[in-house]
Amino acid sequence: MANIAVNRPGSTVLLMGNEAVARGALEAGVGVAAAYPGSPTSEVIPALAEVAAEMNIYVEWSSNEKVATEVAAGASFAGIRSLGVMKQNGANVAADFIVNLNMTGIGSAGMVIFISDDPGGGTSNNEQDSRTIAKWIDNPLMEPSSAQEAKEMIKWAFEVSEAVNLLTFVRGVGRISYTRSNVVLGELPGKAKPRPFFPEIWDMNNPGKSKFTSGPFPVFHKPLHEKLEKAREIFESSSFNQYMGPEKPDLLIITCGASTSYCIEGVDELKMNERVGILKLGTTWPLPEKLVARHLSSTRKVLFVEEMDPFVERSVMELAAGLLPATANLTFFGARSGHLTPYNELSTDIVINALADILGITYQPRDSAYEDLAEEGAKLVPNRPINMCPGCPHRATYWALKNAIQLDGRNGFLCGDIGCYSMGFAGPGFFQSRTMHAMGSGTGVASGLGKLGRFGFDQPVLAMCGDSTFYHAVMPALVNGVYNNSNFTLLIVDNSATAMTGFQPHPGTGQLATGEPAAIVDMEAVCRAMGASVEICDPFDLKKTTETLLRKMQEDGGPKVVIMRHMCQLVKAKRKIPPAYKIHVDGSKCLADNCGCNRLCTRLFACPGLMVDNETGKAAIDEALCVGCGLCSDICPVHAIVKEEANR
Amino acid sequence: MRPNKLKKDPYNVIISGVGGQGNVLLSGFIGAALLNEGFVVSVADTFGVSQRGGSVSSHIKISQRTLYSSVTLKGKADVLIGMEPVETLRTLVEFGNRNTITIVNPRPVYPTGGVAYPDLNEVKRTIEKMSSQTKYVNATEEALKMGNPIYSNVILLGAIVGADILPLNKESFMPLLEERFPGKMLDVNLRAFNKGMELIAGA
Repeated sequence: MANIAVNRPGSTVLLMGNEAVARGALEAGVGVAAAYPGSPTSEVIPALAEVAAEMNIYVEWSSNEKVATEVAAGASFAGIRSLGVMKQNGANVAADFIVNLNMTGIGSAGMVIFISDDPGGGTSNNEQDSRTIAKWIDNPLMEPSSAQEAKEMIKWAFEVSEAVNLLTFVRGVGRISYTRSNVVLGELPGKAKPRPFFPEIWDMNNPGKSKFTSGPFPVFHKPLHEKLEKAREIFESSSFNQYMGPEKPDLLIITCGASTSYCIEGVDELKMNERVGILKLGTTWPLPEKLVARHLSSTRKVLFVEEMDPFVERSVMELAAGLLPATANLTFFGARSGHLTPYNELSTDIVINALADILGITYQPRDSAYEDLAEEGAKLVPNRPINMCPGCPHRATYWALKNAIQLDGRNGFLCGDIGCYSMGFAGPGFFQSRTMHAMGSGTGVASGLGKLGRFGFDQPVLAMCGDSTFYHAVMPALVNGVYNNSNFTLLIVDNSATAMTGFQPHPGTGQLATGEPAAIVDMEAVCRAMGASVEICDPFDLKKTTETLLRKMQEDGGPKVVIMRHMCQLVKAKRKIPPAYKIHVDGSKCLADNCGCNRLCTRLFACPGLMVDNETGKAAIDEALCVGCGLCSDICPVHAIVKEEANR
Repeated sequence: MRPNKLKKDPYNVIISGVGGQGNVLLSGFIGAALLNEGFVVSVADTFGVSQRGGSVSSHIKISQRTLYSSVTLKGKADVLIGMEPVETLRTLVEFGNRNTITIVNPRPVYPTGGVAYPDLNEVKRTIEKMSSQTKYVNATEEALKMGNPIYSNVILLGAIVGADILPLNKESFMPLLEERFPGKMLDVNLRAFNKGMELIAGA
């Protein structure tokens, strides 16, 4: 990860969008930054945490996004510029606070939230478009089109936030957050921050600057809309809104964010620069209506290019309706016309196809003979299913769970949750996870299912959550289960890390975002204090784990917690913990297709470190991938996979 | 190719492989070296859950003029670095063209869950048909000989530099290698880098 506190204004460095966001916050003189890890934004806080001491800023991993936003708001109330960071799902968690913060306004110092959405869902289980939140709660919204612009926009967002006294959103997408590109650095301010002071006397003439209580709402709701109109005025002349193209284009593209470069490149590729103009909006809510109206009057055809919801498309069409009859001759293309889709990530190719269709031209990047070759090649290429890593403790947990459920024989099932272990809905978890929604929902859903006994429901109910997820959103659901005496078993898969998003520390790890030691919130003690029974297993002890789960499923009473404690294999590798075993296959014992196990190790257990030897047809170990956890040796029915103590 | 010369602008490089093989390490080195040589680069890595054993790739767009979008257009790859044969072919199917230069680590990574791997020789033949030049670098095998499969990344990096397909030379990478591999780690990584240069010279 790049050091973002390099003090060389004007020099160019390679930064990921998330690092550029962090740098922008530093250049703006941010004093406090808080977040819960969530890809595609997970790198912002680590980048800031690494330079926290040298830049004199406070950076924290918060227990969830709502708390992170509250922490940031506290700083703003006391006069310190603050940044909150979250993925799209996090915005929902924070929304309950934000819909009240818009009423009171922020403090004297600016407050910015960077949200990154995930078109294509590479790191998410939904494709939510968070821009709607800005519209819903009437707060300003900007969308950067590159890492450089992300840095500049974050800086400017603090100024806008202070000018209108509202929390301001900068919304990226995964492609902006994760693309690394040239970024020219700006000036860093000095380390000194204003002395924080919470205003103690309410000034009637300046309620938003001195009192932060969100009632009575009539006092605040009207000013909120006035603030938003002020933001619109500021946005009308923003240099983040740019037009590229002829004065009177045959086709006007209106675009924003990551899609901007797809449009520029697509128009270039088709050599349509003389016919097509691109209006790139950096400020997308409130819509700079005068600017857009001017451009609408210059053309007869408009194509909207934006990812996911037709957010700008709807705002502009609403504006166009208000401008009738001047806009009566306009034809609109976009998600509504079916030229683009309100789902999936866009690309330059998708934009080119839409342009080619509207402009009536053909585009073929390769000759047909090569396309035929490609078609033949495609037939050879198999799918490559995602999997848990070699040595992953979740594989052990799911194996024990699957066996326990089968031994119990009453159709028990697991309510899943969000983390690496989400893969349990598919092959890597032997299809055991049967529900998956928001952080903590597995336990909440289980708490409901566990109360259905009075209607004759007799299937054992289990829930799973990771260690970080436990602190984020599972605790209230577990309280609910204890309070209402709901019968379910909660497996906390404690691998000592927020593994899916990059091994960030959490309240159970004893480490702060900055790496300094922290108090450990003991999950076992927390669960016991809530009134749940607690047992601890090492999932690599398959026998004990299976027996424990079987026994728990058959117990009556309220929630039972089983903590599955084993360190994430990737964390072990980072800490250079050597392999426990050296693994090999005893060729004289492996019976391959004649065994009757139906390739238990490679087909079902399916650790990436196992393979079939093409020559002998027997199981084999891929020495480039095997980490020597030894679990496959325990599942082979004929003991053909041999583990020997490794020389440590 | 010598530093500061691009065969075309933008020049599209793709590194493809399997999650966990280290495409992000390679793309990071190449991106940083290009930036140091004064190019405008955009490096897009597959992010998210595919990093857990799925198909992954890094797209590097290089220009002397302007910042382009990060993802390569269909059929526009100029250079393809394949860390795994099937993944190399998967990428050619979407991004290859008659002029694509391909460097492949021929060691398969088998898909899990009972998914069959196609005939390796047929995969290689198809890769060759779909590329203007195909060079094989046994990076994993050499890395295992050196004691750890992790060195295959730096071996491949050496091969890329030795192949003279990027406007970069060994000197472009020295400061980056020294920074990334401090102390004792530098020596073995330099050996890996030189091994890659040696392998490509004989490929």
